[in-house]
Parts: sequence; C-alpha cells; structure tokens
Amino acid sequence: MAANTSPEVMQGMMKKWMDWMGGIAAQNKLASPGNRLGNAGKVVRPDGVITDGPFIEIKELIGGYIVVKADSFEEAAELAKGCPILEVGGNVEVRDIVPM
Amino acid sequence: MDNHTLIPHLFRTEYRKITAVLCKLFGIEHIEIAEDIASDTFLLASESWGVKGIPENPTAWLYTVAKNKAKDYLKHNQIFTEKVAKEIRHTHNESNEVEIDLSDKNITDSQLQMLFAICHPAIPIEAQIGLSLRILCGFGIDEIADAFLTNNETINKRLFRAKQKLRSEKIKIEFPNKSEIDKRLETVLITLYLLFNEGYYSATQDTKLREDLCVEAMRLTHLLTENKATNKPFVNALLSLMCFHSSRFEARTNEKGETVLYQDQDTSLWNAELIGRGEYYLNRASEGNVISKYHLEAGIGYWHTIKEDTIEKWENILQLYNRLLQIEYSPMAALNRTYALSKANGNMEAIAEAEKLNLIDNYLYHSLLGNLYTTIDTDKAIVHFKTALKLSKSSTEKALFSNKIIQLREEIDKKK
Repeated sequence: MAANTSPEVMQGMMKKWMDWMGGIAAQNKLASPGNRLGNAGKVVRPDGVITDGPFIEIKELIGGYIVVKADSFEEAAELAKGCPILEVGGNVEVRDIVPM
Repeated sequence: MDNHTLIPHLFRTEYRKITAVLCKLFGIEHIEIAEDIASDTFLLASESWGVKGIPENPTAWLYTVAKNKAKDYLKHNQIFTEKVAKEIRHTHNESNEVEIDLSDKNITDSQLQMLFAICHPAIPIEAQIGLSLRILCGFGIDEIADAFLTNNETINKRLFRAKQKLRSEKIKIEFPNKSEIDKRLETVLITLYLLFNEGYYSATQDTKLREDLCVEAMRLTHLLTENKATNKPFVNALLSLMCFHSSRFEARTNEKGETVLYQDQDTSLWNAELIGRGEYYLNRASEGNVISKYHLEAGIGYWHTIKEDTIEKWENILQLYNRLLQIEYSPMAALNRTYALSKANGNMEAIAEAEKLNLIDNYLYHSLLGNLYTTIDTDKAIVHFKTALKLSKSSTEKALFSNKIIQLREEIDKKK
C-alpha cells in the first residue's frame, strides 16, 4: 500500500479483510486464519549465499495465506473471490494441502 | 422470612454446602450418603421446628445436626467405617473423633472442588449440568425436569448414570494441579455457560425457574473469581457476559409472561447495577494476552447495553462476531454476525452473505432473511417468514412470524 495512504483508507481496508475472514468463518469454512507475511526477508541459496529480499525469482510478493475448508477447488475459489487484495491489483492463488 | 419460606430458602442455600463438605470428606464414591445425610437433616428440621419452633440460629442448628448425623453414620455403619473412616482418620491425623469442618472457607473450597469433579471431561455434558444443579445448586428433581422440559424419571436416570461414572472414573474431589487448571477450568466454564444459557434461552415458561438457573450459574462463576487459583481473565469475562445478559431479565417479559423483543424493551427496566458489574468484570478480564470467546461475547454484551443504533455500535459488534467465529463456529453466531453485517454494511451485502450460510433447516435463518428482505422484496420476505413459521416449535415465536406475514400482506394490498 502506498506510503501516502490515509489512516481512514487503511482502516477501511482493514475492515474489508476482517469482514472477508468473518464471512468465511460464518460459513464454517475457515480452518485457520493463517498469517500475514512481512515485506522484508532473506533468500538462502544452494551455495550458502544469503541475500536480502526483494525476491527476484518470484514476480509477486506473497502477502499472506489462510487455510479454508472446501470440497473442491471451485468452492475454495468462490471463497477467494471476496479477498480484498483483488481490489488493489493483487490476486489469490488457490492450492490444496497434501495430507501427510 | 416466615415459617413457610424459611425451610425452602435454607434448603436452597445450605443443602448444597452440607452435601459438598460431606462428599469431600467421604469421597465421591459415597456421594449418595452425603446427599442422604443432608436430606435427613432437613427432614428432621421440618419435624423438629414444627413442634418446638424455629431455633435462634437455624443454619448453625442444621450444621450441628448434619455433623452429628455424619458422625453417627461413621460409627454405626460397619463397612463404611472400615473403609472410609479409617482413611479419613488417617488423613486427618487426629484422635478417633472425626472433625466435620463446616467453616465458610471449607464450604467454599469443597464446593469449588466439587465443581471441578462434576465438570470432569469424562462426564457427559448434560449430566454435568444435571449434577451441578442437584448437588451444587440444591435444585429439586422436579425443578431440573422442568428446566429440561422432561420428566423426573429421565432426570433420575441421568443423575444415577452420572454418579456411576464419577465412581467408575474414580474422580477425586480436589483442586486440579496448577499446570492443568486452565484446561480443567475450560470444561467448568463450558458447563457454567450452558447452565446460564439453559436459564436465559430455556423453552420452559417458568420465568422464576429460568432466573434461578441464571443466578446459580453466576453464583458459581463468582465463586471461581473469588478464589486466587481460579480467578483468571476468561472467568471474569464469562461473569461479565452473564451480568450484561441478565441485566435485561426484567425487561424481556411483560406482565402476561410474553417475550418482549430487544428493540421493544423499556430500557428503564434494564438493571443498571448488573450492567455496572458487567463492566467491572470486563475490566478485570482484560489482563493477560489471551482473548477467549467469553471476552468477545462479553464485548458484544457490552455493546448491547447501549440501545441506540449507531454505526460505532454495529461496526464493533460485527468485528467481535468476525473474531468470535474464527475462534469457534456456531450457527447462532453466524446468524448474529450476518444481522450485525446488515446494520453495519447494509441489507444487500447481508443477504448475499446470509445465502451462503447453508442453514436452510434453521428457522432463525429464515427469520433473519425475512427481516433483511422486508424493505427490499416483500414477496421473498413473506416466503421466508412462512418457512420460519413452519420450522419454529415455540408458540410465542410462531405468533411473531404470523404477525409479520399479516403486516407484509397488508403492505402489498395498500400498494395495489
């Protein structure tokens, strides 16, 4: 989010996230609220070299994840449609968790 | 207090104390003996006081008689004496005389330890509530049967099985270790929460009985806040939410015994003292860094003590429900969250969200959609209220839905 975003806009954005998560939870489909990931980090390469981000290998920064309960990819994708990141040009990737 | 109400009153307050202390002394496997001695004590009181008049200090009289009866029992029951009395003497490390301690401290401690024993994870939850009412609250079998809308036989069987379970699991009457107290408290709080809800939302028409259930749930929760080991933030949060809810007791039933909906309640009948106590315990709950579902529900309860509809109120309630649902899903919370969403974000958004809930067999789901559609699509609203009418089992609620349908039909006729 741009540095000149007003607190009101940020507040509004936060509400959208909370309402979205609340909506998934209200359908009893939230398995875990997951985590938001920070923008900083390190990259560890096979030769033992550690570099700071940005992570040039991936074009987009992963901002966070949540875990939902769904019977199909379609159902999960339907839940993802409400994700507020879509309003600011981001996208959502739906992946399954392989049971161990 | 006159003669007619004194014994029932004392029974309600003292029976449970005597039972708890004796049960703690004899061990859970002899719970019936403890109950019998307590009952016999009251039987003797009713006979003796009827003939000789009420003693100067009735409670002290009851305690003395209970002590003597317990000592007699220990003396005269051979098997019991061999098995239990030896053990008691051994642990009490005194002369042959068994001390029966009916001091305030021992009464409170025994009651709390009994609470932990009864609310043991091995006991089914329904039985926990029944046993709590009987042993910790001194409710009669009739009253428990009324509260659960069932008969005495069912309750007797349920209590019998629960006591068997207490014995077979060899549950000890003691405070849990420090390391497991939070975990055990969780089970206790679930029972107290359900006990309160049983009173607050019960289908029984007996308002006095319902109020008694709530008062007892609050009394036991209060006992937990008075003890250092159990005075945890989430216990205070539970007590806070109970205070907020019960503050509306008087306002929610009219003289005819009919339910008065929240929006139609006279706020001057809301109990300001209980609201104040709710705020006090909510403050005490806000220590530590764990937010329990009781904290969130107490928060919601707090906002409901302000009747006026403001954006701030509903936005706060919505966010509290959003978080509550992430901790623990329940259909009721999902429906309430959707109602708050309609107040905060508008009916259209709430309708779209409601239709995702997949609760079509729940009459409250249809009642909610009926309300949300009322200003948007009258025909759809009527369809939902009709379904709610069909699914609902309570006559008061059926009447409510019928009225809504009539009102909406009248509106349609006016427009024609």
